[in-house]
Amino acid sequence: MKLEVTSHEKVRIITVPEPRIDAVGALRFKEAMRAATTDGPDHVVLDLGQVRFVDSSGLGAIVAAMKQMGAGRRLDLAGLTPDVAKVFRLTRMDTVFVIHEDAEAPLRRATG
Amino acid sequence: MAEAFHRRIAADGMAVRALLAEIRGWLSGRGLDDAACGKIEIVLAEALNNVVEHASLDPKDEIALDMTLAPDGVGVDLRDRGAPLPGLTPPRGDPPPLAGDRDTLPEGGFGWFLIRTLTCGLHYAREGGENHLSLRFAPENKAERNP
Repeated sequence: MKLEVTSHEKVRIITVPEPRIDAVGALRFKEAMRAATTDGPDHVVLDLGQVRFVDSSGLGAIVAAMKQMGAGRRLDLAGLTPDVAKVFRLTRMDTVFVIHEDAEAPLRRATG
Repeated sequence: MAEAFHRRIAADGMAVRALLAEIRGWLSGRGLDDAACGKIEIVLAEALNNVVEHASLDPKDEIALDMTLAPDGVGVDLRDRGAPLPGLTPPRGDPPPLAGDRDTLPEGGFGWFLIRTLTCGLHYAREGGENHLSLRFAPENKAERNP
């Protein structure tokens, strides 16, 4: 899975340019996230604005991506579409992550 | 009037993905709104992936899906000839706890929880060497434009 990475001074935005993170793609997503977060700022925002669907394997891979970043670093989420938001809400994973309306929101906060 | 949808697919993840896309199109084309379609897609993704990942099927073995759309809701029957569910009972689907520090956060165990939460009926039987899972969805989210 190819991820789009944009680094700002204090925040790295990682965009998933695919419609699904599911059982088929979960492992590749996790590995791509490892590669995209080995260096750079401690604050990473995962932009899910193009992702329409996440199943429990995809959810697990997002959690794994956060855990593999190591202590002291932070993974936020942004741009949850309705079905994705539903999975996070039902599993209460929406209480584990900071969730932004869109990927620009944390940048506005960081600069403003 | 009830409408019916039948497919047999190979027991692999790509076939599941293609079937989910087809079902979504079929349901939305019949007036179900996005929330109802999303609910059904999540449940069927979990149920079908359970079969692919845990039933020890050969990828050339098939999973049969029969779906009916009727005024009293959507019903889906899944059949496969894979390994039976442990204890011949679908798991209770208690959500894994989220307490504790982040190293202990669960990376799985949500599948049956989502299936049970988003369905209004669930029945499993092992019959003639076959797993048969029946799922029912309440009709509340039918789009208004197509009552």
